Amino acid sequence: MTIRISHAGAMVALALGCGFAMPGAALAEWQPDRPVELVVSAGPGGGSDIFTRVVQAAITKNNLVKVPLLVVNKPGGSGSEAFAYAKDNPDSAYKVYFGTQDAYVLPLTTKVNYAYSDLKPLAAMVSDVFILWSNPKASGINTAKEFVDKAKAAPGKIRAAGAKAKDADETVVTLIERATGTDIAYIPYKSGSEAAIQVAGGHIEANTNNPSESLEQWKAGNQKPLCVFTSERLADKTVVADGMSWADIPTCVEAGIDVKNFLQPRTVWMGKDAPAEAAAYYTDLMKKVMDTPEFKEYAARNVQIVDFQTGDKYKAFLDQQIANYNEIYKANGWLLPSQ
Amino acid sequence: MGNFGQLMDGFAIALTTHHVMIMVLGVLLGLVVGVLPGLGAPNGVSLLLPLTFTMDPISAIILLTSMYWGALFGGSTTSILFNIPGEPSSVATTFDGHPMAKQGEAVRALTLAFTSAGIGALVGVLVITLLSSWVANFALRFGSPEYFAVYFMAFASFIGMAGGSPFKTLVSIMLGFAVATVGMDTISGEGRLTFGLRELSNGISFLVVVIGLFGIGELLLTIDEGYKFEGVKAKLKLSTIFRTVAEMPRYWVTIVRSALIGCWMGITPGGPTAASFMSYALGRRFSRRGKYFGKGEPEGIVAPETADHSAGSCALLPMLALGVPGSATAAVMMGGLMIWGLNPGPMLFSTRPDFVWGLIASMYMGNLIAVVLVLATVPLFAFILRAPFTVVGPLIAIICVIGAYTVANHMFDIWLALAFGIVGYAFKKLDYPLAPFVLAVVLGDKAEDAFRQSMLSSGGSLSVFFETPLVATMMAIGILLLLLPFISRFAGAVLGKGNAAEAGDGRHA
Repeated sequence: MTIRISHAGAMVALALGCGFAMPGAALAEWQPDRPVELVVSAGPGGGSDIFTRVVQAAITKNNLVKVPLLVVNKPGGSGSEAFAYAKDNPDSAYKVYFGTQDAYVLPLTTKVNYAYSDLKPLAAMVSDVFILWSNPKASGINTAKEFVDKAKAAPGKIRAAGAKAKDADETVVTLIERATGTDIAYIPYKSGSEAAIQVAGGHIEANTNNPSESLEQWKAGNQKPLCVFTSERLADKTVVADGMSWADIPTCVEAGIDVKNFLQPRTVWMGKDAPAEAAAYYTDLMKKVMDTPEFKEYAARNVQIVDFQTGDKYKAFLDQQIANYNEIYKANGWLLPSQ
Repeated sequence: MGNFGQLMDGFAIALTTHHVMIMVLGVLLGLVVGVLPGLGAPNGVSLLLPLTFTMDPISAIILLTSMYWGALFGGSTTSILFNIPGEPSSVATTFDGHPMAKQGEAVRALTLAFTSAGIGALVGVLVITLLSSWVANFALRFGSPEYFAVYFMAFASFIGMAGGSPFKTLVSIMLGFAVATVGMDTISGEGRLTFGLRELSNGISFLVVVIGLFGIGELLLTIDEGYKFEGVKAKLKLSTIFRTVAEMPRYWVTIVRSALIGCWMGITPGGPTAASFMSYALGRRFSRRGKYFGKGEPEGIVAPETADHSAGSCALLPMLALGVPGSATAAVMMGGLMIWGLNPGPMLFSTRPDFVWGLIASMYMGNLIAVVLVLATVPLFAFILRAPFTVVGPLIAIICVIGAYTVANHMFDIWLALAFGIVGYAFKKLDYPLAPFVLAVVLGDKAEDAFRQSMLSSGGSLSVFFETPLVATMMAIGILLLLLPFISRFAGAVLGKGNAAEAGDGRHA
């Protein structure tokens, strides 16, 4: 790799040469001097893609960075292509990676050609929540309790739709099954919005979804939220439909399904050997993005939990997450045979 | 009529100088990305997306959709000139478009394609103008069994209508299914037929398949046949364009039939690709000149192009109303909608009528502008074919290799495309039909998903495909299409006893 020595580039070279001897000085000075790649672990139009493009839009509109930002989609191998790219470019200061829990969950279930240790965690910006939905008109299910009762009365007959197999949605469904002692038929679709349409059309009894994927169907009266998989109720009190706001949706524990907190964090990463001052710069940049109107609007529209996590607290959170997933996947029999 | 009034409001928004300029710009950019190797509409639209962040949503969507129309027209151009379809839906255009261009009639082929595409698109927009509120609700009635029935109809029409040996068609379809199986399985979440190669874990891209089968396969065949590339003889007469446009009314039956198929497949989840294939198959069956299909027959270009574009326009409506994108390009545009602060869904029509109707009005305008602009580029493109094969041949090879690489920036895809080139050559040499193979690659995994989802939700009972009137009707039509050759042969034989001359005609189904 040739580094074109410009003013800022020289700082990088210097910092690299000294083995990060003076991080304090470099920390304040470092800035990207050439285009930065924002690498997404999803194809165009996917949830992570929109997240990344919102970040790109927020940075561009508010002139937070002077160099161009390029969104690069690497959806191959369920998104592992993006993180394998991080492994191939361990020390690049110009590649930032955007994903979800996929960064640390993928290596548990599938043969991927990167390890979790190939990534340097920067931050988690927001978390998507999961909601259990029904179509009351078609199925007569109005509450989480009615859903569980129906599932108990007809084992294996009540259906729940979600996005993809062995992913977040199916994980939630298996958690519900275990907490309530039911047998639910999980039917995977290509995307969350496809699953939502199946419920809205009355073809399937229920689905699990991020709020935004079913929001419009709720407003149209084709879907109803039964409970939300968070430890506390959502904060947004503006009325959405039927005189209900997001805050009026009971938590699943309240509603009788003992599944506590299931969240999908939106995460930011770099290669494991990325320069510390670059990592600090991007972490700081993401913090600034959090305060832009574009990003605030995005988080509000998707009814996300806004909680910027970074540093040691974030690392502890990640370790906890990995341990949780290991346990759930072990119970589901989804872990890679070797582990 | 309420819709009409809203459409007029829409025109008031779309017809400003600012927006017309945006449309022209979008169409031109689209043409460029549609024609350039491998760029394609989805990449072009996502490259342009950051530019739209600072625009208001209506201007932004007009820019992106205009670019999309331009790219669709550009895709047909490469289908006809080089036998390389730029989009899945323009594969069927290669069947007659490329032979016609090879015979030195590139100008006529391009003009036929663009004009019928324009007519198809306008019919499609007209349908969504009149039926917008109904379409949105209708689409909700499609569960997995209905999805499967739509795909079944497409396959059935193809098997039933195919010329040549039905066994070769069957072999071709089965091989196509095998290719569609490769990669991550939606239902089980496991990789299939990947042979441990991680390059295959996301499946085989359709574009890589067609670049190999058609582009490289055709190249090998041309070399094999001793460089007989008749494009050199092409006469570049501007008057040909006008004469061909004047020729269009002659094909009105084909146009009406194709537009109807296109609208139906666009409103239901079949989509433009299934529509163009089905229209081509039915065209071959019902046209008086059906037996000339595949040899450069005008109706063989008109049928798929009309259906493709009417389906493409109609499909935009379910996307806005349901929030389920029908193609990669649509997915990027939907992502754009969300970034601009709009939520696609049933409420979009009541909360932002200015946006929806501005968009619909811009579709009328955008397509008209696109037709005029692409017709103007016909002489330029036809000129390329006048170069001797020693120049055009390597050019096509370069386009194929770059195109295969840019699909996902994987070196592996180039080897895959070369392999499919050999497959395409072998198919042609052994006289196996390519079209069923391609159809199976495109729709195979969708049909499989729909079938398995239906089975999961019915607990394994096949009666789910005949439960509601909607799905039962579609399945019945599908079965009828499948059996049509036998029925008509039978009818022909029965009638033949009384009237031998009529039996030879054989069009009694």
